[in-house]
Amino acid sequence: MAEGDRTMAKLNMVEAINLALREEMERDNRAVILGEDVGKEGGVFRVTDGLQAKFGADRVIDTPLAEAGIVGSAFGMAVYGLRPIAEIQFEGFLYPCLDQINNHIGRIRNRSRGRFTCPLVIRLPYGGGIHAPEHHSDSPEAILAHIPGIKVVIPSTPYEAKGLLFSAIRDPDPVIFFEPKRIYRAIREEVPEGDYTIPLGKARLVQEGKDVTMVVWGAMVREALNAAEQLKADKIEAEIIDLRTISPIDSETIVTSIRKTGRGVIVHEAPKTCGLGAEIIALINEKALLSLQAPIERVTGFDIPVPLMKTEHYYLPNPKRIILAVKRVMSF
Amino acid sequence: MGLMEDYHPLKGKMFQILKPDGTLQPGGKPPLTDQETLALYQKMVFIRLADQRALSLQRQGRFGTYAPIWGQEACQVGSTYPLQKGDWVFPAFREIGAALMMGISLKNFYLYWMGNEMGSRAPEGINMMPVSVPVGSQTLHAVGAAWAAKIKGDKIVTIAYFGDGATSKGDFHEAMNFAGVFKTPTIFFCQNNQFAISVPRSLQTASKTIAQKAIAYGFDGIQVDGNDLFAVIMATKEAVEKARSGAGPTLIEGVTYRFGPHTTADDPTKYRKEEEIEPWKPLDPLVRLRLYLKGRGLWNEEVETRITEEAQKEIDQTVKEAEAVPTPEVEEIFKYVFAEMTPPLKEQLEYLKSTL
Repeated sequence: MAEGDRTMAKLNMVEAINLALREEMERDNRAVILGEDVGKEGGVFRVTDGLQAKFGADRVIDTPLAEAGIVGSAFGMAVYGLRPIAEIQFEGFLYPCLDQINNHIGRIRNRSRGRFTCPLVIRLPYGGGIHAPEHHSDSPEAILAHIPGIKVVIPSTPYEAKGLLFSAIRDPDPVIFFEPKRIYRAIREEVPEGDYTIPLGKARLVQEGKDVTMVVWGAMVREALNAAEQLKADKIEAEIIDLRTISPIDSETIVTSIRKTGRGVIVHEAPKTCGLGAEIIALINEKALLSLQAPIERVTGFDIPVPLMKTEHYYLPNPKRIILAVKRVMSF
Repeated sequence: MGLMEDYHPLKGKMFQILKPDGTLQPGGKPPLTDQETLALYQKMVFIRLADQRALSLQRQGRFGTYAPIWGQEACQVGSTYPLQKGDWVFPAFREIGAALMMGISLKNFYLYWMGNEMGSRAPEGINMMPVSVPVGSQTLHAVGAAWAAKIKGDKIVTIAYFGDGATSKGDFHEAMNFAGVFKTPTIFFCQNNQFAISVPRSLQTASKTIAQKAIAYGFDGIQVDGNDLFAVIMATKEAVEKARSGAGPTLIEGVTYRFGPHTTADDPTKYRKEEEIEPWKPLDPLVRLRLYLKGRGLWNEEVETRITEEAQKEIDQTVKEAEAVPTPEVEEIFKYVFAEMTPPLKEQLEYLKSTL
């Protein structure tokens, strides 16, 4: 398939990210990948498959098993002038890195008044729904979004992932790139070869609708689409906004939509308390309170550790819960 | 000279009693009677079969992702054997052997890997912590518990299990340092199985041995043949006695091999050739013990058949029991978060129930 002179292939998200990494490594010899099992094995999800063979062990680096070490070294590499792309194998192993992320990565530009900068990317698979072991199903995006100086990006489709990853790597500041592992291989779509970027900080209007705004990101985009499809039977037209970047947040797109629909439902897998949903509601209250026809609803995970596979289904937001929330805001 | 001096890590010697051919090293003395050896062999066979069953259940979709012990049975059976009632175990996530030795039921063990957290609840009186997935994090816990015991005057020891990969984590180094400074009664048992998922031991650390890391922290380290049940028992026994007497921690590096994948989610053919496994096969801890027992007139094909059949029968029964446990009620995922369910959690639970 071709669009203009571009080759298009139907890729899943793993393949799309792999393609983005490969093309960026070719384009920019400052780009290096480091992480656990990213080299010879090509990553536990195969996201970096074939890259060490192509670019060598100096640019696709199997590190010792130490997440704080990976991220702290990536900081040093970035400050020195490389463009490190670190992989943290699962979001549950991100927590030892928070010292480096919060205390150094997020503030070196500010602390050095612009003399030193840290253009790095930390990629990490996150989220539930794959029947994973403990500490493999968390959604800690709000924790990261709360840290100054860090951009947080979450793609929701293969095409989006490639364009957003290019932007993340080329961004002059540090970016955490959350990859919703549940949809790593669930969606195939046409992804062009070659360069295209999707700007950070800009949400995507997934579908238009006049009745209610759904604000979603990552794997929840698919759940929202599913719910919206079912809601058509009740003559409810949902507008779906995929945030893409949760920090900085694109409040303009959210507010524009809320002004139109007057109703909103926010869906996230992360626990409810201090989840990003609360921040979005606050933004709406600040900028569009008088447009509201009903209180904004949240469909979220719960304030509990994500359960193991026998009971995980209780935890995850699903179309049924989204539909119930939409009906509540519609009948308020 | 004691064991720890004889096998000081910088001397470059690995402690071994039972050779791979089933004969003893010159001057080597088994720490067990024949009957004890046979009983532990039987236990190791049971562990291997229960582990293999877990792998096959996972392939059939009846188990979650599972990290097999295959090959590391002597490390775990040998290092738990010298423990006493009251001692504490801090596992990583590959410790079916240690769990069964400590008295955790196979049913509970299976329940956990089938995705039911109730399997992580150790029975009263068994001081074994749940699986620790964040690599190496449990080493600090073992130090803290040992330290608390020291403060309270309890004569117990703690043992932490971890792999070669964990020795790269800051947690491990902090744990070692605290243990050295506060002379805690802690045994650090590293199962060096040569791989952290795909990354070989040689890329994990530039140290010649893992055991030698203890020297920098000011206490004893010893490298043992982790596939030699006798050596593991002897070294751990000495470390346990030393810790109990107030003489502080020990790092034991059990040199072993992970015959299986990292977990069932892993495909080792991506990073490990079949030829690389070959030299390790004759070093299998079960093979060597079997040869030894045969030499003592305690093992033949009939014994093996009997042991295997008994084990399979018990495992069959356990699988049935574990699978008969009903899916937990929704309350279950809320009620253990705090001692008392908080108002927000109560509200969230009520909401969730209303949507089911």
